[in-house]
Amino acid sequence: MDLRRDVFQAIADPTRRAIITLLALNAMTPTAIAEHFHSSRQTISKHIQILTECQLLEQEQNGREIHYHFNAKKMKEIADFIEPFRNLWDDRFNKLEAVMKKYRSKK
Amino acid sequence: MERKTKINAEDGKQELLITREFDLPLELLFKAYEDPEIVEQWMGTKVLKLENKKHGGYQFETTDPMGNKHRFGGVIHEFNSNQKIIRTFEMENTPFGVQLEFLEFEKLTDDTSKLNMHVVFKSVELRNQLLKLPFAQGINMAHNRIQEILSNHNHDSK
Repeated sequence: MDLRRDVFQAIADPTRRAIITLLALNAMTPTAIAEHFHSSRQTISKHIQILTECQLLEQEQNGREIHYHFNAKKMKEIADFIEPFRNLWDDRFNKLEAVMKKYRSKK
Repeated sequence: MERKTKINAEDGKQELLITREFDLPLELLFKAYEDPEIVEQWMGTKVLKLENKKHGGYQFETTDPMGNKHRFGGVIHEFNSNQKIIRTFEMENTPFGVQLEFLEFEKLTDDTSKLNMHVVFKSVELRNQLLKLPFAQGINMAHNRIQEILSNHNHDSK
């Protein structure tokens, strides 16, 4: 599995976004997913593979069939992608505030 | 609780706004940007150069946990005490290019102040890449931790 796969690249593709939307409603087999698209079964499989590698989809074995379902937790991480950037600046400014409070009390 | 640091990055724009309110008088907030010794303390960097004047330059250096040194800096376009700093910013040897930074320092009360930081990038793509950097690093760290746990687990069960 390629852990370096970019999640943002994964959701940048319209077909992959459509697959996510489909699976947000129902878990589906790869065949059922492919029926919703004009693309070849092979192309859809590749999209499913990329989404699974990013953990946006999860596999579930039901007897002989594999169902894919949507991993909402991962999607939430992406929606909050700016949060780590904000935290970085928040930490930096907290440090500034602490340093200056100490500086003031020394005077 | 309201978050003290706010980030505003509108879709499709090559700029972002960072705002923060401080429990510090305006003069002390500005001093944190002006005094090289203080900059070193809160930025965690070495200050190689800090010329607080029009056409002045600044250069900082950080050392990462691997011992590699990273330099960043730029040129100062405007420096008005307790009001504003306009400067360029560049991380040397990275693909992020040059940014233009407008820092505005504002007095709220005698004991509180506000910093508005307006950062302009060369392109929307570069801005988005920089925004995603801490997120991507977080994901990589999480993956590394998971792999570590899994490999320890495998080791134990053998």
